[in-house]
Amino acid sequence: MHNKPISELANDLVAKTVSSVELTQYFLSRIEQHENLNAFITVDPEFSLAQAREADRRIQQGDKSALIGVPIAHKDIFCTKGLLTTCGSRILSNFVSPYDATVIDRLNQNGAVILGKTNMDEFAMGSSNETSYFGPVKNPWDNATVPGGSSGGSAAAVAARIAPAATGTDTGGSIRQPAAFCGVTGFKPSYGQVSRYGMVAFASSLDQGGPITRSAEDAALLLNVVAGFDARDSTSVQRQTTDFVAGLGEDVQGLRIGLPTQFFGHGLDSEVERTVREALQEYEKLGATLIDIDLPNSDLCVPCYYVLAPSEASSNLARYDGVRYGYRAPDYSNLIDMYMKTRAEGFGEEVKRRIMIGTYALSAGYYDAYYVKAQQLRRLIAQDFEQAFAQCDVIMGPTTPTTAFAIGSKTDDPIAMYLNDIYTISVNLAGLPGISIPVGLDSTGKPIGLQIIGQYFGDTHVLNAAHRFQMTTDWHQLEPPGD
Amino acid sequence: MNWEPVIGLEIHVQLLTHSKIFSGASTAFGADANTQACAVDVALPGVLPVMNEQAARMAVKFGLAVDAKINRRSVFARKNYFYPDLPKGYQISQYELPIVGEGNLIIDTDDGQKRIGITRAHLEEDAGKSLHEDYHGMTGIDLNRAGTPLIEIVSEPDMRSAKEAVTYLKKMHTLVRYLDICDGNMQEGSFRCDANVSVRPVGQQELGTRTELKNINSFRFVERAIEYEIERQIDILEDGGSVVQETRLYDPDKGETRPMRTKEEAHDYRYFPDPDLPPLELDDDFVEATRQTLPELPNAKQTRFMSQYGLSREDSSQLTAAKELAEYFEAAAGATKGDVKTVSNWIIGDLSGYLNKEHREIAESPVGARQLALLIDRIHDNTISGKIAKEVFDAMWHGEGDADDIINDKGLKQITDTSAIETVIDEVLTRSALQIEQYKSGQNKVFGYFVGQVMKATKGKANPQQVNQILQRKLDA
Repeated sequence: MHNKPISELANDLVAKTVSSVELTQYFLSRIEQHENLNAFITVDPEFSLAQAREADRRIQQGDKSALIGVPIAHKDIFCTKGLLTTCGSRILSNFVSPYDATVIDRLNQNGAVILGKTNMDEFAMGSSNETSYFGPVKNPWDNATVPGGSSGGSAAAVAARIAPAATGTDTGGSIRQPAAFCGVTGFKPSYGQVSRYGMVAFASSLDQGGPITRSAEDAALLLNVVAGFDARDSTSVQRQTTDFVAGLGEDVQGLRIGLPTQFFGHGLDSEVERTVREALQEYEKLGATLIDIDLPNSDLCVPCYYVLAPSEASSNLARYDGVRYGYRAPDYSNLIDMYMKTRAEGFGEEVKRRIMIGTYALSAGYYDAYYVKAQQLRRLIAQDFEQAFAQCDVIMGPTTPTTAFAIGSKTDDPIAMYLNDIYTISVNLAGLPGISIPVGLDSTGKPIGLQIIGQYFGDTHVLNAAHRFQMTTDWHQLEPPGD
Repeated sequence: MNWEPVIGLEIHVQLLTHSKIFSGASTAFGADANTQACAVDVALPGVLPVMNEQAARMAVKFGLAVDAKINRRSVFARKNYFYPDLPKGYQISQYELPIVGEGNLIIDTDDGQKRIGITRAHLEEDAGKSLHEDYHGMTGIDLNRAGTPLIEIVSEPDMRSAKEAVTYLKKMHTLVRYLDICDGNMQEGSFRCDANVSVRPVGQQELGTRTELKNINSFRFVERAIEYEIERQIDILEDGGSVVQETRLYDPDKGETRPMRTKEEAHDYRYFPDPDLPPLELDDDFVEATRQTLPELPNAKQTRFMSQYGLSREDSSQLTAAKELAEYFEAAAGATKGDVKTVSNWIIGDLSGYLNKEHREIAESPVGARQLALLIDRIHDNTISGKIAKEVFDAMWHGEGDADDIINDKGLKQITDTSAIETVIDEVLTRSALQIEQYKSGQNKVFGYFVGQVMKATKGKANPQQVNQILQRKLDA
């Protein structure tokens, strides 16, 4: 049962060959068996089973909503009414949201069951899940390595088959990189495709929610429910509703695949490169053509991102001040002391580092040199993509320069950690859709991801390209060993 | 040395929208603490702002009324600082690109009309309130006000005296109420002001170092605080010192300003464009449709009152200070057969006096425009004298009925029967031999004594013109 795609689970549920309570119970027990992964921050069986019972009741009444009764895990960045929403931080370690995020709300209306809240890097700041206040997540493929981050708990849960599907968020690669490390499919939609309302903000102009699943088809199914304009998010885009599942019908005959020379250069692990190139050959077999393209400003993505994202974060995280909710330091002598102790004790090292970087970059006298400059770079980076897409339909390359690294190996070197996202960050800066799909294993048995990048709001083309590969290969069916 | 004060004002105007600028919560004043603060206003994790179109419309309406440039594209920015009643840790405001650009407002001064430049007006959200009483050494936070829409109107440093500053402020107060974008309630904080004040030697182009005055939330405080500050700065400069650039707080009890924070202590607000809100784009249709909603503006109305009714600039200015007052005047003027100038005098004089005494607005006047018109009709047709009319008005104010009822009930109808008046005059003259002698010896002011006696004898009801005429005739005979 744990290997079935969610479309099949939904069919089984509607056909009543299995009940939502049975299915939910089954995955809850798998979560318990895999507790060592530390993939979840909150599991509340009573809460989940109550939702499952409600789904079963609706099914009895003939409700055939797309995901009715299907248990789905959520990154602990999505506000869930009645459940803890910690964002992986001590400062929100006691926060129970009084409202549901739009993503959660839409899934609830469709009858999906909240299976639990997954572990993550604190406030989504990290590429290894090691910055979580609730401890690191282990990669199901090799428990000594990281699952990637920041949506590490979601990727690990889907990889270990302890959740049929999960949500994640991606600010600089936080869906795609852990998907690559854990051998699952992770899709970051175009900016504005999925409502950010109720998604705890890290960097507002870059954050985008999306699915982490075992296949592109499952991703499309989940996206059909959660995507679309939301009047509560002014940056969500009003367009005609897309049927992402129906968009999976095209073949890739004649598809022009752009390969950025910058994605295959210095720093790329040779095994990763070889495996990615093998996947590209598969696309050629399917009738696609490969074209070398140039993204000349690729080098500037990391510095650009590490000015803009912390700048926005420094402001977004100002609300965690101990005044209205969340953690407040127990002892303080006055207001300023309360602020300082609350934030010093409530935030972890990486979050504090980024708040300081961002505060500095926005300060009088530095703003033009950092923030304004970075915004200019951001436009250049977006232009690079626009020019590239004059020559090709989609862009492909490795999702990450290496496979999963050992827990603790990069925690003292923030720059090395940041470089993990060199292929993914530019996609957020340009607001484009991008997916990571598993395309093989390295010699130590760790998954390798292929990234497919599409044009703005060309989400269906990206999903379709991924789906075509998955129709003729079975890398996405591979399970971690030892289960 | 002669010193010239230079003053600019920043006025915060709370907009009369039903809901907040970035959330659906109500903006009504006076509700229980935190009952009008939704998830967005409390700044819960994950919430996002959505711009209230009505607020943009009101800002544009203001911009058009001061002949300002309406920026078709304006940008919301975050002003970052920590304060317990600022839930997000930043205020959403507009910084580099405000919705309203340069405009101006014409004010009346002792030296004639003067144009005060408006630098800009931008949209922003209000903060909540910190409550320091009743919490036993702790501070209470009420977020009902958080997110209430404001426009901040920044003037050029064009004012040269405290009086001019108050005139400008009053004119602005009149304007926003005409536009129906603000209730103008200064006590509740719907209309607030900060003043930038500096002085320089007369003739010098360069501006002196300025201070910013806060907590001046009444017309009286504005005037007093600026006057105090001008004197303080002149004293410093004449003693050879220099003014420190700082924010100063006005203490109304002591009538003085004192330092709040210096330039060095000023916040670095780290403004940057709010990534949660796309730029506010206005198309021509929106601006034109808003222009159609503009009422006749105070200055235009004032000019019209001068030409249409032949009123003085001063009277027209007073009558147009509030839209409701101007409407009252026009209703009364249109309904009476009497003189328009008499209507104006009654409104500016007696009626305003009664209103002020009871702290009432014109809309709350127990004497309506038509009722006042009837009273003036009775003066016009000589049923009563102007003096008796005051007595009738007082009775009308206290709800004793219309002018005619009161005149009848109280028997106040003027005596216009010449023979009746003559009889009374004769009686008075008979017992006033001494005064007649004085009068005849050239003491003309004794004439008033006779008039007074006649009026006393008729309880004020004798027609004064007739009394004068007959008295004159008899005495000069």
